[in-house]
Amino acid sequence: MATTSAPLAKAPPRPSARGIGVALLLVIAYGIVPLIGTSYLYEAILTPFLALSLAALGLNLLTGYAGQLSLGSSAFMAVGAYAAFNLSLRLPFLPLPVTIVLAGLVAAFAGLVAGLPALRLRGFYLAVSTLAVQFFVAWLLNRVGWLSNDSPSGIISAPPLVVAGLSFEDARGRYLFSLTVVALLTVLAWRLVTSPTGRNFVAVRDNETAARVIGVKVARTKLLAFALSSFVVGVAGVLWAFAYLRTVEPAGFNLDRSFQILFIVIIGGLGTLRGAFLGAGLIVVLPLLLSRFGAAVLGDGFDSGTLEMCQRIALGILIVAFLIREPAGLSALLDRAARRLRRRS
Amino acid sequence: MPSPKPRLRAALATGAALFVLAGAARADEQHFPLQSYRVGPYAAGGTGFFGGFIDYLNLINTRDGGVNGVKLTWSEGETQYEVERGVEVYERLKSRPGIAAWNPLSVGIAYAMIDRITKDKVPLITINHGRTDSTDGRVFPYVFPLLLNPYSETSGIVEYLGSREGGLDKLKGKTIAVLYHGSPYGKETIPIYELLAKKHGFTVEQIEVPHPGNEQQSQWLTIRRLKPDYVVLRGWGVMNPVALKTAQKTGFPANRIVGNVWSNSEEDVIPAGEAAKGYVAITTQASGAEYPVLKDIIKTVYDGNAGNLADKKRIGSVYHNLGIVNGILNVEAVRAAQAKFGQRTLTGDEVRWGFEHLRLDEARVAALGAKGLFHSIAVTCANHEGDGRVTFQQWDGAKWSVVSDWIAPDWATLRPIIEASSATYAKEHGITPRNCAAEEAATHAAATP
Amino acid sequence: MNPDLAFLVEVLVGGLLSGVMYALVAIGFVLIYKTSGVLNFAQGAMLLFAALTFVSLTERGVPFAGAFAATLGVMALLGLAIERAVLRPLVNQPPITLFMATLGVAYVIEGAAQLAWGTQVHGLDLGIDDTPIDIAGILVSRFDLFAAAVAGLMVAVLSLFFRYTRTGLAFRAVADDPLAALNTGLRLPRIWAAVWIASGIVALVAGLLWGARLGVQFSLSLVVLKALPVLVLGGFDSILGAIVAGLIVGAVEKLSEVYLGPVIGSGIEGWIAYVAALGFLLLKPSGLFGLRSVERV
Repeated sequence: MATTSAPLAKAPPRPSARGIGVALLLVIAYGIVPLIGTSYLYEAILTPFLALSLAALGLNLLTGYAGQLSLGSSAFMAVGAYAAFNLSLRLPFLPLPVTIVLAGLVAAFAGLVAGLPALRLRGFYLAVSTLAVQFFVAWLLNRVGWLSNDSPSGIISAPPLVVAGLSFEDARGRYLFSLTVVALLTVLAWRLVTSPTGRNFVAVRDNETAARVIGVKVARTKLLAFALSSFVVGVAGVLWAFAYLRTVEPAGFNLDRSFQILFIVIIGGLGTLRGAFLGAGLIVVLPLLLSRFGAAVLGDGFDSGTLEMCQRIALGILIVAFLIREPAGLSALLDRAARRLRRRS
Repeated sequence: MPSPKPRLRAALATGAALFVLAGAARADEQHFPLQSYRVGPYAAGGTGFFGGFIDYLNLINTRDGGVNGVKLTWSEGETQYEVERGVEVYERLKSRPGIAAWNPLSVGIAYAMIDRITKDKVPLITINHGRTDSTDGRVFPYVFPLLLNPYSETSGIVEYLGSREGGLDKLKGKTIAVLYHGSPYGKETIPIYELLAKKHGFTVEQIEVPHPGNEQQSQWLTIRRLKPDYVVLRGWGVMNPVALKTAQKTGFPANRIVGNVWSNSEEDVIPAGEAAKGYVAITTQASGAEYPVLKDIIKTVYDGNAGNLADKKRIGSVYHNLGIVNGILNVEAVRAAQAKFGQRTLTGDEVRWGFEHLRLDEARVAALGAKGLFHSIAVTCANHEGDGRVTFQQWDGAKWSVVSDWIAPDWATLRPIIEASSATYAKEHGITPRNCAAEEAATHAAATP
Repeated sequence: MNPDLAFLVEVLVGGLLSGVMYALVAIGFVLIYKTSGVLNFAQGAMLLFAALTFVSLTERGVPFAGAFAATLGVMALLGLAIERAVLRPLVNQPPITLFMATLGVAYVIEGAAQLAWGTQVHGLDLGIDDTPIDIAGILVSRFDLFAAAVAGLMVAVLSLFFRYTRTGLAFRAVADDPLAALNTGLRLPRIWAAVWIASGIVALVAGLLWGARLGVQFSLSLVVLKALPVLVLGGFDSILGAIVAGLIVGAVEKLSEVYLGPVIGSGIEGWIAYVAALGFLLLKPSGLFGLRSVERV
């Protein structure tokens, strides 16, 4: 009956339902979580979850929307983190939000340069060539002592999180700070993907030649996708360094992190904004759940190594099984569940 | 395949024992949360170190009934050597009651914890590694790079090379190549080698090996062209065996290669096979199982099937013995703190006091059954390293044997550099350095009624 | 010989021989990519698994030949299992999904390998003396020569296989045009299975040679990072390309580390190969031997 009643309803129910959902999430995230959360929840789950979600959101713009595969995301996180560190160190008068935006711009510039091969390469060739960025950035950060303020150990510690005299130094503050940054950038990303530029991204992804025929400037669009994506990923790097770990070493932004972000995007769903959050939730929370489950079943004294190896196997199997069951990601799963619910009601 | 059963049984046995203990009257307990790594690229080091640590805690519980009746407990969280997992484990375990100290054995995790443990007032032990300037306890009250920091290690190696040449003055005109891992860890000692080269008149060439270090042909060809008198290996993981193999391939003799403290384990030489014979490495603790404390561990812990190592052949290996020495230092710090604050569960801050009064001279080390295992330690409020001595061991293809005396690094030269660095840190973080003399006087005043 | 020139030759020879080792890993990728269009990231884990299984068997007293045969069997089964359990259900999915699935497989293999054989590091002695031979003042590694010979032999066997056997011919047909091959009644699944088994065997050979060089430990799986620039340069779909590109990458890497390193800072080996491969592709987009430039614009 839904098909006949739909044209009658003036406001289509779906967008508003989505709007209500987002509003509800924000109310929970801002209103309820800060009241009931523990330091463990903020420090070990929510803050890394938010930073990784944002990084995945950024990569999704590039890979999910514009169709360009990148294996070097964590390098842009590193660029963002180190840029923010140097800006706050050398230009201490800048307010933190300005520092973060500038750091994002530095990452965007790095992304622009890294995107140049995309004008000639596609698919796995492009993916492997982004590895050049991954290793080059790691080398550069390690090589140029100035970038880590000539700290003998090369590891930098983050400045305090203070915006306009307001301190976000405790666990809850860091969470709220990250939440705000992520929420703002998510809104911007949503505006982007619904804009003509966003549609150009999709056109390039789906068929480059066709996109060119309808007048999309393919090269420009690709580079723009790299720059915008790297901006978001760079800001995610700032959150990772300043709000989450509070210390940064180049090794923290290694290839495994890049893969992790790519995992989040794929598991969450390519080309959907919420996919980044769903995927990050799964990737951050699942290993913790597995380890708690394992510890609960086998007892605290059980050899943690054996447990960890079983977890690794379980995680791998889950990923493969999930890809087989639902190649379009958690987002599609959610859509289907929602449809089923709606049909039932 | 080594049957996992003994390990499992041991784990269950300890688990059951802990459960019984926890159920009975809730006696005083001191807890050690362990951010261990038994999986992943560095698992071999992790299983050895945390195995040794746990074995020693077990020994104290079984043989002595704890420290003055206070039982030692521990819990493990796997980190795979990854920083964010280390942080997660910290946040998960930090609320356990009676935490004595954290011992991550990972530079990255240790760095991420400095802010957190300082706020939570619990000691962070980074034995043989960690932030060099945290030696200055006036700025880093809760961080303890016990026995050896990277600068002392560098100086210890140079002192040893001097002794091989027949005196430090004989180093003049010699060439030393340093092959370092391409990471912050690897680069940390570059300025110190340069400083010591200037001081003693030798030439130093420092060559980077990019992570992970599984290809070193070009570096060793460069070394071959340089014809150095010695090569110092500041390696990590797979880089070490590959260095030794490539050295053999390019005709550089292994007995002129000296490894640093992360290039000194069985895991670093066994994969290199024949190429490692004659290789020398620094250490703060001798290997082997002939020391009374190890014999006790074998008798009390392993014969009771409660040993932590799955493979008994690894008892007395470098990482296992490091874990045991780490156990001794932690336990003795708790003992020292108990002497002041009473024989009960102590707070982290009280244990910190214990670490700052950890004085084990040679006689005390011998009484602990560790004569020859390690030399001595004397931690103070201002000196959190504790003037550990180093010795050098040579690999003969099957085992390490000590080939030098206990050598004292040139602390006097290093201290001003450390203080300059810690002063910068203090300024960046708005820390006012503690006045150690005043604190000492205050505790004495408090102690005498 | 002029010492500088001799040094140059030495670096070059060392680089070429290292390049053979990279090519050895790259061939495993090529086999899979050619037929299934997947960049099989589990190749590194398979390599680790093979070496670990072999060394654990020999350490338990199994003679060399027995251990080799047993590992060969295990690797063939593993390849078959991956194809059956993972790749076949994912047929017709976009390449990126397949790529992610192979990463999942890598997790499983790494976990299983360590669970079964422990996390200890092992030495692996193939019985080849690794003292260098002096040829006119230039040191050449005996082991590297041996490795090069093995790699050459393997390429020869693979070429013969593809040229003269039915499965090999079918393989080429699939690689050229899967749809047309399907139309002629070729059974794709059988060919996939054969290719995965072959890649398991390549992983064993590469695993043993690399294991003898590095020791058998977790880091063994990282050697794939050395193979990736080789693939970009030589093409994901050409065995000959992998060999030639391997040689080029090895030589470029060593020469630049030795001669460029002192200028811009040492330790550049980690990325210079990628940059060189990229630079080459930007100049000549069809790659070294690229027959089909589908993925290159």
